[in-house]
Amino acid sequence: MTSTLRVNPIACSGHGLCAELLPELISLDEWGYPVIADGPVPPRLAREVRRAVTDCPALALALTPEPERRPAAAIRRETGRSES
Amino acid sequence: MHAITSGTALWYASRATGVVSLVLMSAVMIIGILINRQGRLPGLPRFAVLGLHRNLSLLAVAFVAVHVLSAVADSFVSIDLAAAVIPFVSAYEPLWVGLGAVSLDIMAAVIVTSLLRRHLGRRVWRAVHWLAYASWPVAVAHSIGSSPDLRHAGPLLDLTLTCIAAVIIAIAWRLARAGVVPRPRRAPELMAGPRLAPGGRADEPRAGGPQMNLVPEARR
Amino acid sequence: MNAVTAPAPAGEGGLPRLLPPAGLAAGLAAHLGRHGPVPYRGAPRALIADVRASGLTGRGGAAFPVYRKLEAVATARTGRAVVVGNGAEGEPASHKDEALLTLAPHLVLDGLQLAAEAVGAGQAILYVRHDVLLRTRIETQISERAANGLDRVTVNLMPAPGRFVAGEESALSSLVSGGKGVPRFTPPRVFERGVDGRPTLVQNVETLAHLALIARHGPAWFRGLGTLNEPGTMLCTLRQADGSVTVAEPAIGTSLRALLDLGAASAVLVGGYHGAWIPAEQAARLTLSNSALRPLGGFTGAGVLAALPAGRCGLAEAAGVARYLALESAGQCGPCLNGLPSIAAAMTELANEGGWGGGRGPDPRVLADLTRWAGLVEGRGACHHPDGTVRFLRSALRVFADEVRAHRRGRCNGPDDRPFLPVRAGPDRGQEPDENWTRTGADR
Repeated sequence: MTSTLRVNPIACSGHGLCAELLPELISLDEWGYPVIADGPVPPRLAREVRRAVTDCPALALALTPEPERRPAAAIRRETGRSES
Repeated sequence: MHAITSGTALWYASRATGVVSLVLMSAVMIIGILINRQGRLPGLPRFAVLGLHRNLSLLAVAFVAVHVLSAVADSFVSIDLAAAVIPFVSAYEPLWVGLGAVSLDIMAAVIVTSLLRRHLGRRVWRAVHWLAYASWPVAVAHSIGSSPDLRHAGPLLDLTLTCIAAVIIAIAWRLARAGVVPRPRRAPELMAGPRLAPGGRADEPRAGGPQMNLVPEARR
Repeated sequence: MNAVTAPAPAGEGGLPRLLPPAGLAAGLAAHLGRHGPVPYRGAPRALIADVRASGLTGRGGAAFPVYRKLEAVATARTGRAVVVGNGAEGEPASHKDEALLTLAPHLVLDGLQLAAEAVGAGQAILYVRHDVLLRTRIETQISERAANGLDRVTVNLMPAPGRFVAGEESALSSLVSGGKGVPRFTPPRVFERGVDGRPTLVQNVETLAHLALIARHGPAWFRGLGTLNEPGTMLCTLRQADGSVTVAEPAIGTSLRALLDLGAASAVLVGGYHGAWIPAEQAARLTLSNSALRPLGGFTGAGVLAALPAGRCGLAEAAGVARYLALESAGQCGPCLNGLPSIAAAMTELANEGGWGGGRGPDPRVLADLTRWAGLVEGRGACHHPDGTVRFLRSALRVFADEVRAHRRGRCNGPDDRPFLPVRAGPDRGQEPDENWTRTGADR
């Protein structure tokens, strides 16, 4: 079962814990908000992902079982400044 | 060795763990405020600050548990277990012990909802977590009211006053930053000046001109 | 209101459909005389098959197949459905909904009733810009229909704030439920949980008007005009190069040349402020259809077609719109809240670079910044406001690339400085009383 990591951009206030806990998948843009890598979560990172979801102070991260509804695939974003 | 039910040992244990509980709860409050305003502790990554907040609160639970149980077990004063969670039913000092029960109840709610926050959702969790701002002052009142140690000058009073001061400073700091977006996240002011035409003449400002300076400061 | 007039009948058979022929009043008697009574089907969902066969898509901008929305709301199990006719028309350049509600309100109200029947709704809401005259008129019309026993579901009129995102379906649904008119994070979508947590059908008022006619004349009639993949007519707001603004109802697939006077124009904005710019010479070879416009990054959207007069600086216009869009961010999501003002400031800098006395040196960082910010905000908001802004921005930089080069050398090819595209004043300078995110208290 594949799952996707999604952020609720309204709840997110840019604490940045997720990027610290999950640098493989999440980096911060120049304003401090998370940019999440596209695609399903690699199984080897499942534990870290669950921790990031639990630890987000704003409860803005969620693991959804179905693939992303809004395909932002293949968009390469320069994050400008990354804080990890 | 004193017998386990010796009044003196249990009474000391209760008072000692009570003081430590108050210190821990104060620290948890301060770190919680820091996390909310996205402040940092030097040298610690953010997830560690959060971890500290959680671990100290769980430690506080442990100390509060010993504080309550030793007070209940102590036969010198009459406090039964029910009085520890039901406010104001204690035979001994119903008001002050009752406040302790109130604080304990709130603390239990905060901790339980925090452990279950993923299932409860943001709104419920936040609403209950706010009650922490009630739990701490009630705990302080409980400490001062029920402890003769704090009625005269001494290291325990100093410690208590330090905790109170520290939390008040943290709250004031938070209020001062209430309108400020944490971390550099202000948007730049839109350049609303007049446009220069060839030759350098300043023309009329565009529709919406200089009044449309945009400095959004969203409250978070 | 700008000079908005009903067009004279175009002469092509069957036009106009929604708008009344010139000179026809919009009263109930005239409406019934022209269209007949409301053709209730007598059973929920009976209309949906016809709508599916007709190929009707939403006219609010997203062009989503209407039958699928109807089905989704009809089959949702989260309570009794609510139907909302969306006449918020947050797009400043668009007047088509306003025109429709002025000239043919009863078609919209018919459509609202039919949609309510189709999804089994117990409540109907008409969400309209806070324009006192318009609302008073519509309220009278609703009472008149009620007095004549025309409506089966009570219609509540609710004022929409004059904000760009006020017409977004989750923002609308939030406002109608008593909250703030700002977009919500989805899922759940409003067809599952919308107004008061109930399944909510949100349709643009023009879509409802088309629905009212399909119910009367059938899907084959609807397909009589338009193209195979995009049947029917659509209301368009035409902003000509000479400044005149009209609302017309062409069949989809009509050439843009027939709608706009392109001779006096350098570029055309299609689809509104979340749409795209197209050079005038290219536009002259295109038709009003998504199949023609999508390959160029455009889309029909809510039917805004604006011809930029030659002699205006396209960059300055784009910068003005970018600033407006930045101010209209709901401010809930970090990337949009920060990215859009940054983009607008950079666009303004590009637009202002032209004509600085001794010629300012080029600042290549501005373009690099714009590219980076566009990539950073796209898809990272709760709604599509940042996405639409990026589409608009990218097309502007593409179409006005010559202008960008000229500006970097300190010259501008658009000496006329008067603003062309309308941007409403910012939140603190609203001319209407309800320019914030909430409804006026009087209506609750």
